[in-house]
Amino acid sequence: MSDHGAHVDEHFSGSNKLFISIWVWLLILTLLEIFLAYRPMDLFFMLTILLGLSLIKAALIMAYFMHLKFERLSLILTLIPALVVCILLLFVFFPDSFRSLGLRYQYKEAPALAPAPVEDH
Amino acid sequence: MSTEARVGTFPAVDWEGGAFPYRVGHRKLGMWLFIISDSLTFSALLIGYSYLRASNVWPTPFPFYPSIVFSSVMTFCLLSSSLTMVFGVSASSKGEKAKARKWILATIIFGVAFIVLHLIEWQHLMHEGLGPFYLPEHWVQAFSENGVPPSPLFGATFFAITGLHMFHVATGAIYLLVVALRINKLNHEDVEISGLYWHFVDLVWMFVFPLIYIMSVDIGGRLAAVAH
Repeated sequence: MSDHGAHVDEHFSGSNKLFISIWVWLLILTLLEIFLAYRPMDLFFMLTILLGLSLIKAALIMAYFMHLKFERLSLILTLIPALVVCILLLFVFFPDSFRSLGLRYQYKEAPALAPAPVEDH
Repeated sequence: MSTEARVGTFPAVDWEGGAFPYRVGHRKLGMWLFIISDSLTFSALLIGYSYLRASNVWPTPFPFYPSIVFSSVMTFCLLSSSLTMVFGVSASSKGEKAKARKWILATIIFGVAFIVLHLIEWQHLMHEGLGPFYLPEHWVQAFSENGVPPSPLFGATFFAITGLHMFHVATGAIYLLVVALRINKLNHEDVEISGLYWHFVDLVWMFVFPLIYIMSVDIGGRLAAVAH
């Protein structure tokens, strides 16, 4: 399509066949996620796999559907690293989250009931 | 005409391109910057949800039907809407405005289907007794651990995150409708920018779906065990 050779600035924007194959891949990865939901496994392990799959899907969408792969490298480098660093910085809250789970009061026995109200007459 | 029209007449050397180091128009750059800031909004919400989830007893109440079936079909709708949007942008780049309009209208239909399915799914949960700050009675019975009841903030995180996402889908559908109606007056880059927004909404769902739905599947059938 954009095979004019000399013009570097004319974007290659992908063929419909390429986009359909990306769509099929996204569907396959989604089905894999649903399948994994019903495999008994460690919560943390499952979270890691699911987030890994989500990152792959996000990368496919950004690279092909949002054409980022066909943009200048300078645009990608301006947008993506800052976002990744900001998101990673949000993880600073998690140690506090794990700590507060341990602070929660665990009932050893059923809590005492309130005394019955005294009747006057 | 506008500055973007002249993009490409400058020598294609990074940083010596002067006014166009990114080789995109200012509107497209603006949409990208908005997308980055909106990603941070959703990241903050999802991490807030994860924070609460890790520090509380948390219910995992979603049955295969309706929750997982509905959310999977919704995922299919959004992914397909992205594909039709790509076809619309592709047609627009070749100057085929009428074809582009049809693909964008197909995108809107998928988007509306997503919203309708999502509202039905919300309806199911609210009918069960889920609210932003309380859980249904039988969820409390099923998911208490050592006498500690599950956090009622499940509803708050669920409705806030999926609600904000649904708002983005609704806004996107209106945006695309305006683009489809005015497509003859818009240039190709404007259509492409609306596509960027739509794909972003799809991208966010790729994180909301596993974290909110897949991670909350009632694997052991704990809800069924307390059902009357």
